[in-house]
Amino acid sequence: MYLKRILTALAVSAALPAASHATELEVTHWWTSGGEAAAVAELAKAFDASGDKWVDGAIAGSGGTARPIIISRILGGDPMGATQLNHGRQAEELIEAGLLLDLTDVAEKEGWKDIVNPPSLLESCTLDGRIYCAPINIHSWQWIWLSNAAYEKAGVPVPTNWEEFTAAAPKLEEAGIVPLAMGKQGWQQNGAFGVMVVAIAGVDAWKKVNVEKDAEVARGPEYAKVFEAAVNAREFAKDSNVQDWNQATNMVITGKAGGQIMGDWAQGEFQVAGQVAGEDYTCLPGLGDNEILDTAGDAFYFPKVDDPETTEAQKRLASLIISKDVQVAFNLKKGSLPIRGDVDLSSANDCMQKGLKILADGGIMPSGDQNLTPDTQTQIEDLMAEFWSGDMSAEDAQSRYADIIERAE
Amino acid sequence: MSATTEPSAARDPAPDGKPNPLFRNLSAKFASIPMIITALVVFVGGTIWTIVYSFTNSKLLPRTNFVGFDQYERLWSTRRWMVSIENLAIYGICSLILTLVIGFTLAALLDRKIRFENTFRTIFLYPFALSFIVTGLTWQWILNPDFGLQNVVRNWGWESFTFNPLNDPDTVIYGILIAGIWQGSGLIMCIMLAGLRGIDEDIWKAARVDGIGTVKTYLRIILPMMRPVIITSLVLIASGIIKLYDLVVAQTNGGPGIASEVPAKYVINYMFRAQNLGQGFAASTMMLLSVIIILIPWAYLEFGGRKRG
Repeated sequence: MYLKRILTALAVSAALPAASHATELEVTHWWTSGGEAAAVAELAKAFDASGDKWVDGAIAGSGGTARPIIISRILGGDPMGATQLNHGRQAEELIEAGLLLDLTDVAEKEGWKDIVNPPSLLESCTLDGRIYCAPINIHSWQWIWLSNAAYEKAGVPVPTNWEEFTAAAPKLEEAGIVPLAMGKQGWQQNGAFGVMVVAIAGVDAWKKVNVEKDAEVARGPEYAKVFEAAVNAREFAKDSNVQDWNQATNMVITGKAGGQIMGDWAQGEFQVAGQVAGEDYTCLPGLGDNEILDTAGDAFYFPKVDDPETTEAQKRLASLIISKDVQVAFNLKKGSLPIRGDVDLSSANDCMQKGLKILADGGIMPSGDQNLTPDTQTQIEDLMAEFWSGDMSAEDAQSRYADIIERAE
Repeated sequence: MSATTEPSAARDPAPDGKPNPLFRNLSAKFASIPMIITALVVFVGGTIWTIVYSFTNSKLLPRTNFVGFDQYERLWSTRRWMVSIENLAIYGICSLILTLVIGFTLAALLDRKIRFENTFRTIFLYPFALSFIVTGLTWQWILNPDFGLQNVVRNWGWESFTFNPLNDPDTVIYGILIAGIWQGSGLIMCIMLAGLRGIDEDIWKAARVDGIGTVKTYLRIILPMMRPVIITSLVLIASGIIKLYDLVVAQTNGGPGIASEVPAKYVINYMFRAQNLGQGFAASTMMLLSVIIILIPWAYLEFGGRKRG
């Protein structure tokens, strides 16, 4: 009886792939916070509706925790159907080792080259002319989030750029408010520094250092100004005793801090707290000085498998990710920007609209992930962690920063 | 001919011939083969593999692109590595001495046949039952200036009391040291206590007859007799020092800045987060080397000395 049931099950499972289209795909990602999970659910819903089956493989913890697990599964011969990674150089070696699926035929058929905006997103999916990933969203770092209540309490107008922010800082301190909230983690400090580079030294200097790895520019006067500003920022943030980025964001939400330099994912926290952009909080892209956004974000990669059915399903998922409906549904929930310019996002809030406008005007730059290896980034993060927590002088920090750039590949 | 007779003799220890010593206790030897293979392949093999690949520029995947001592040069010019080594040295020396001293003192006090000995022993040993993660988090809270010790003492009325080791780069390693000693000294106390109980009562009687004071008896007579127990404690403490990782991760995660980084954390970070296997391997090889540098003179003294004596 029991044996018979097993045999029937086996026979059915053998017959199924031939009979129907449905294929199970396990998808790993590290989107686990409230808004992120809602966004993933949209994606899963769309995939299930298309006749396949989405098997959710969420990995708790940040990318730093999830990435080693994902990579070791691919290397260890236990590949998932698809996985989230940040587009950039993180998957470069996996592609070189021939472990990831080539999506070029899908991309050419659907004309990804013409619809993906900015084109740099697709470029970071490309190696030797072949396309290996499907970009899904854009997150940018270049934002400062300001608490309107904090500035009201201090009796100064809400700043519109970094210079005004600096000038208003002493007033905030007098009112017992921490001018700048900053989590004590290397990646946050490094990110904030990167934002200040673009705002103060300008995008050309940033490109010379991060794209061309020009150590002379990193030693030059433009970067010196940035390090001076960073010393100021360190002073503003000295009473901010929090670790995680969302704790720092919470200081801004509750008006304990004037502002925070953080990427647009911080917006999710303001939304959860029921705050309204423009009324309760203000966002300044590019610190108000230099309205330009980087185009970091997430992309899906598909490990190579032997089963042709699975390969087909992977390609179906790839084209689904790029499709208009999924782009709108996913990005509205996630608070990120879509990777194509031809979709309607009129229901997005004030800050997202600002971002969309900058994107449409072409105020974009490639992200650090797309240019620096994780190795170089870790070294810079270590330096920033040391700089922000100690009393390292601007000159020392600058020369050590330039040394790292000089060695970067 | 002999080739065919020998195995048959081994299978069946003939009444006439002597069994081949190689085949004596065959089943026991057979049973230990998996362990021997594990030791050779996993430990020795893995160690050699790591050392070889530390001379390559492997990034995410191991590659045999040899670059000589580049990884080591970079390692020793990295500030974070130097801070890690310095922290390990401070933590190691202090923890070695303090754990031994505190462990022995507690054991000697318990040894004075006090009342409620069992209760005290349980209390002192209990921290050892907690993982380093729990220990680290607990002490992070205790040492937090807003909720912990500093706040409690201030609420008692001593307003200017300041005790905030974890947020100062100069003192953070001592904050970790406190947690490490709290966790580890109970075990050492128990081992020492077992050693003390193993000392013959007659020694004490003889010392009392000679009119030697209690403290002096402990230091001059009992302690030297406990050499094997002390060696065991030393090995336990030392291995705990080298693998120091989870305590730091839980308590400070290397902060503030990089002030409480340790070598094991450097290895993990560079292998997995920075995707630079070569650098991680070089660092772990240096950790192995430092263990060997400490271990070889000790082994020479310990085992070489016994032969002479």
